Amino acid sequence: MSDTVIRVENLGKKYIIGHQQQERYTALRDVLAYKAKGMTQLFKPKSKIQNPKSEEFWALKDVSFEVKRGDRIGIIGRNGAGKSTLLKVLSRITEPTEGRISIKGRVASLLEVGTGFHPELTGRENIYLNGAILGMSKVEIRHKFDEIVAFAEVEKFLDTPVKRYSSGMYVRLAFAVAAHLEPEILVVDEVLAVGDAAFQKKCLGKIEDVAEKEGRTVLFVSHNMATIQSLCNQIIFLNRGQVQAIGNPDSTIQLYLDEGVTSEDWSDLHKITQRRGEGALKFSRLALLNDQEKLVNAALSGEKLTFRLYFSSFSEKYTYKNCRIGIAISSISGAKIVLSTEMICQDEVDIRDGESLDFCIEKLPLTEGGYSLMLFAESNGIIQDWITEGIQFSVEGGDFYGTGKPCPPGHQGKSILVDFSVRKSCYEYSK
Amino acid sequence: MSKLKIKRRRASSAPGDTELIIEAGRTEKNYWQDIWRYRELFYFLAWRDILVRYKQTAIGVGWALIRPFLTMVVFTVVFGRLANLPSDGVPYPILVFSAMLPWQLFSTALSECSNSLIANANLLSKVYFPRLVVPTSAVVVSFVDFAISSIILVALMVWFAYVPSWRIVTLPLFTLIALAASMGVGLWMASLNVQYRDFRYIVPFLVQFGLYISPVGFSSNIVPDQWRLLYSLNPMVGVIDGFRWAILGDEASIYWPGFSLSVSLVMLLLVSGIWYFRKMERTFADVI
Repeated sequence: MSDTVIRVENLGKKYIIGHQQQERYTALRDVLAYKAKGMTQLFKPKSKIQNPKSEEFWALKDVSFEVKRGDRIGIIGRNGAGKSTLLKVLSRITEPTEGRISIKGRVASLLEVGTGFHPELTGRENIYLNGAILGMSKVEIRHKFDEIVAFAEVEKFLDTPVKRYSSGMYVRLAFAVAAHLEPEILVVDEVLAVGDAAFQKKCLGKIEDVAEKEGRTVLFVSHNMATIQSLCNQIIFLNRGQVQAIGNPDSTIQLYLDEGVTSEDWSDLHKITQRRGEGALKFSRLALLNDQEKLVNAALSGEKLTFRLYFSSFSEKYTYKNCRIGIAISSISGAKIVLSTEMICQDEVDIRDGESLDFCIEKLPLTEGGYSLMLFAESNGIIQDWITEGIQFSVEGGDFYGTGKPCPPGHQGKSILVDFSVRKSCYEYSK
Repeated sequence: MSKLKIKRRRASSAPGDTELIIEAGRTEKNYWQDIWRYRELFYFLAWRDILVRYKQTAIGVGWALIRPFLTMVVFTVVFGRLANLPSDGVPYPILVFSAMLPWQLFSTALSECSNSLIANANLLSKVYFPRLVVPTSAVVVSFVDFAISSIILVALMVWFAYVPSWRIVTLPLFTLIALAASMGVGLWMASLNVQYRDFRYIVPFLVQFGLYISPVGFSSNIVPDQWRLLYSLNPMVGVIDGFRWAILGDEASIYWPGFSLSVSLVMLLLVSGIWYFRKMERTFADVI
């Protein structure tokens, strides 16, 4: 018996995407209107045009790889590279358009913790429901029940509807159910973006246990390179639906960082799908400006940098009152290093469709390297848009201290620079 | 499109015991096996819907009694007293309620079924299971309501000292036909609803409209003979006539040509509903 648990051969997934279509779903009237348009063209064969509204889009193309038992595979790539589609196909949520996958063993996917949780039901009821949705049998759930409750630390609230849970408790319970699934193959997508630091650590520990002690296979998608690096023994780097590289973590991540950071495009932030919030008010565009208000692709350490955030909303007339906008910068490995938010610094602002907001950093304290940016917008206490992953920018080495000396190697992208002064002082001992 | 195979032996805890092959297209046989394998999920979804239905309501299950009871009272007054329609020698409330039961079953099952996929959109786009589990388990909830409101029928019979004949034992058969009718229409509506949200406006209209064109408040005997076959094109006519035939005993006659027409229509709806659902199913996760 070979040790290959997943074999993916020439996998492809095609979507038909519509242009100009702003609606989230098709309405019958559009279809009828479109059909009617097609009818009129029957009588005017010359004006025949190709369907301009839709276009084929290959979310995955010719993807092939093998996974051995006990491997911990990290899947990395920029937004839209096909990571989530790959996991969806692997967990049978959507069908591939072409190619073939053979999987040995039970697959459980944690595409989002808490899938199927019902707010009205109690913790106890939700454990059973969620377990069943994830593929556990009733007997299995009963067997693991105490373990799940202990892991989630919610003993006292078992008979409280989960709508009264704090978000931390909710996530803990959801992850606890999923973590006790004991599948042969565990598929995880970005779950660790939630919960407090201690719980994240616990989750990572649990995943490591699953992989190392129990010899199970884990497929893990994340933007957090530090987590991926510590967890995975092999990395698949996806780019535009194709496998760009497969290999050991260090070299593949390096490849991704080199590639990822230089070719970012922030002109259409709507493309980012990993965002939370109401979505009535959204970040539409980001521009980096230097001290002469000129557009730049990369920032320069020690210089003035402006993040110009453009907003779009459903209605041009509506004004979003009392907005609190925040940005945070983190190193590419996932550690937050700069947090600058309206919430702690300044008064609230009102924002309308098409307006923009500037965040200026007078003297950029970041060292050379790649960084990712988090954007947050809230209006009247309701979170409108929250992008935590997917915007990356790079900083070129500059002359922060004006001494002409570069930042020492090993600190790039990891340390920040602050102004300081050195003064010699001498103490007189009067004795 | 390439042929699809899903080979899988019974999922057991021993790793490597099972092999799953995912390709474009899927075969019928494996699909029905999968439904069987996911029967526990079916129970859990139905259990969840039943639990949630009357949570945080003051009188809870009482709603399953009050709504049909009040409708029955109104219909009895309007059709029995004001319009003075014939009741074939049966107390009018019993005549109305024997039709109200299948109609309530049909209408709630149809609405639950059509909305089930949209209501469970987060499940559909995150977890794999045979999608047919969702609308089917939604129908179970309406069946529970149906069982509860049958208590009213029993109470009415006791009140009017009305003894049903042996035909009452055929009632489960007619209940099945009513469920089949709601599933048939419901599956069409559910799959169309995923694609075109217009259908969520059509369903309440259909249910309201159907109440007037179905013989709920009156006996279908008042329809002139030459129109009865045409009238039976409404599948609920056959179901309601069947219910009355089973509950009211000798006082109710059934128009058999019309009944068989209704039942064949129900079967056609059910089979085509399942066919259309299966056809649309593979794109649900992409478009929902």
